[in-house]
Amino acid sequence: MNTPSVTPIKPWAATPRDRAMTAGSVLLSALTTFAIVAATPMKGKLAYFFVFFVTWLAIDSVFVMRKAGAKGLRNGFAEKLAFLGALIVMMAVGSILWSVISRGLEGLNIAYVTQNMRNASMFDPIGMGGVAHAILGTLLLIAVAIVISVPMGILTALYLTEIKGKASGLIEFLIQAMSGVPSVVAGLFIYAAIILNTPLRPSAFLGGLALTILMVPTVTRTAQEVLNLVPSDLREAGLAMGATQWKTVALVVVPAARSGLITAVILGVARIAGETAPLLFTVGTFDSFNLNPFVGQNSALPVIIWSGLNGGSAESIQRAWSAILLLLVVVLVIFVSARIFGKKSMKK
Amino acid sequence: MSVDAPAKPIPQARQITTKPRVSDQIFRAIVTAFSFSALIILALIALFLFLKGFSALKAQGFNFITSFEWNVFTDETGKEVASFGLQAMLVGTVVISFIALFIAVPLAVLTALFLTFYAPEGIKKILVTVIDLMAAFPSILYGLWGYFVLMPMAEYWAKLLHKWLGWIYIFDVPEPIFQRSPFIAGIVLSIMIIPIITSVSREVFSQTPLERVQAAYALGATKWGMIRAVVLPFGANGVVGGSMLALGRAFGETVAVFSVLNIVYRTNFQILYTQGGNVASMIIQRFGEAGATEMSALIAAGLVLFFLTLIVNFFANYIVTKTVKSGR
Repeated sequence: MNTPSVTPIKPWAATPRDRAMTAGSVLLSALTTFAIVAATPMKGKLAYFFVFFVTWLAIDSVFVMRKAGAKGLRNGFAEKLAFLGALIVMMAVGSILWSVISRGLEGLNIAYVTQNMRNASMFDPIGMGGVAHAILGTLLLIAVAIVISVPMGILTALYLTEIKGKASGLIEFLIQAMSGVPSVVAGLFIYAAIILNTPLRPSAFLGGLALTILMVPTVTRTAQEVLNLVPSDLREAGLAMGATQWKTVALVVVPAARSGLITAVILGVARIAGETAPLLFTVGTFDSFNLNPFVGQNSALPVIIWSGLNGGSAESIQRAWSAILLLLVVVLVIFVSARIFGKKSMKK
Repeated sequence: MSVDAPAKPIPQARQITTKPRVSDQIFRAIVTAFSFSALIILALIALFLFLKGFSALKAQGFNFITSFEWNVFTDETGKEVASFGLQAMLVGTVVISFIALFIAVPLAVLTALFLTFYAPEGIKKILVTVIDLMAAFPSILYGLWGYFVLMPMAEYWAKLLHKWLGWIYIFDVPEPIFQRSPFIAGIVLSIMIIPIITSVSREVFSQTPLERVQAAYALGATKWGMIRAVVLPFGANGVVGGSMLALGRAFGETVAVFSVLNIVYRTNFQILYTQGGNVASMIIQRFGEAGATEMSALIAAGLVLFFLTLIVNFFANYIVTKTVKSGR
């Protein structure tokens, strides 16, 4: 038997004529762009970009108009505008990443990540001293913030998802309100409440406290979402087997949501890792290693960047760029690991 | 069937106990106690900022909001004269934030539309990741980039604006200095808040009921016709809510604004000129050299900022939750 082969008809697919027109409009607008930029006093890559876009919009619209009429014209126009919007946003991100990587790499060397600044100032030539102490300080800050905010955040999330008490609405509202607290206010609060009132002086611990205020809402909201994803069958099965609620939560619900909860913590860390403003009030500055989070001022990568930027000399600014590259790498690593754990929890 | 069988007493309903066991009671007590940490922290913030800012608030009274002078000095008699007013900084905060919204909202909505309706699946995934990552960029990164990379470009744009639109008051400048202006700070802030508006808008757009979308297509709408008739009316509230969330963020932004703005205690609406203000970055600027009197005023400024962002966030969350939950 001979089965007739059927070719599906795709009336919406681009015909060779359409393709030729697209290519033609791009080519034509590129030529026009060069002509316009050459003829007028405009200069720079951005000028090329925008002139090209405008001419392309105009020329392509003429083609679309011929093919699909006024409605098609508006449709194509909207699509191109949406594309332009996304493109501008991506150009901004690209410019940020590119400038950090290209400028940061210049000042990066072994000494920069292994030494501290005890025997060097930020105005010394690149190659003397490093930011290892600030990396250590940032890690200490993150550790303090994790130790305090993870129990707070996850227990609050458990209250919202497992106990569902009368105050749930209020708590949820307060957590949202807390997520909007400006970072500078968090630092000012720790300063006003602790440093002005008690003998405690700026230290990694106080910095961690300030960061906790910013971290708790992120942890809570993510953990709440994750715990809501745990099927209620599991909870009911636990209770039906005679377990108490405590046992059900501890042995069934939390393990089921484990990787999601780790994601919640990681996202919280990503939120605070680069915070600068609260640290200026609560951590102080220090040029060497300080392993004690409770006593003595400490350093952190954002603070190094801040003082490098305000230092104003070529060397200090170069140090700031290199430090921000390190900080960005830290944030990226945190971010990627959150994605990996997040994917795991989704699969379950 | 005997009629006169002894009447059985109706059995009592079996008691179903709902009283949790001791272990559960402890568990519930601990979890409930921790869940109030947010309340306690927020209350403590308000309390301590008020306590420490009280002396300045009392001394300045209503002037704290309406005056724009910010100085403290010791006169000939050795008495300390202090006048603190936030007006210039409050106006500056609002001006910068609205410039940021003016730039960010169209870009973010277009990006969200592109991601939801136009982008091919692969590109969409990449872009969503990039925008999430953008939200995690440290704010000092935006400050550094804004100062060294954006400022030279933005200065040129400001000159263009001034050249062609200089006859409008806000685009006029008293002297041709275009660096470190509210305009540039607004651009930096706009890039910081784009991810917030984009992700909220995208979430709302993607919840558009499918049957309405298909109904629009069935009636012969083009994609843009469908978006205009169905998606935008449906998602408008979400966009407004997302923009307000972003506004809250913009009000409180410190480091990025400080890096690119020349803070001057003068109420200034000429956005291209090199003077402006922002409550948060003013706090950072004055903190290092502040004496006890000024410290109190700075903490009071923090209190004002705290309540300002709280109010904006309240409305934003109200709108977003209402939109996302009810699906309308």
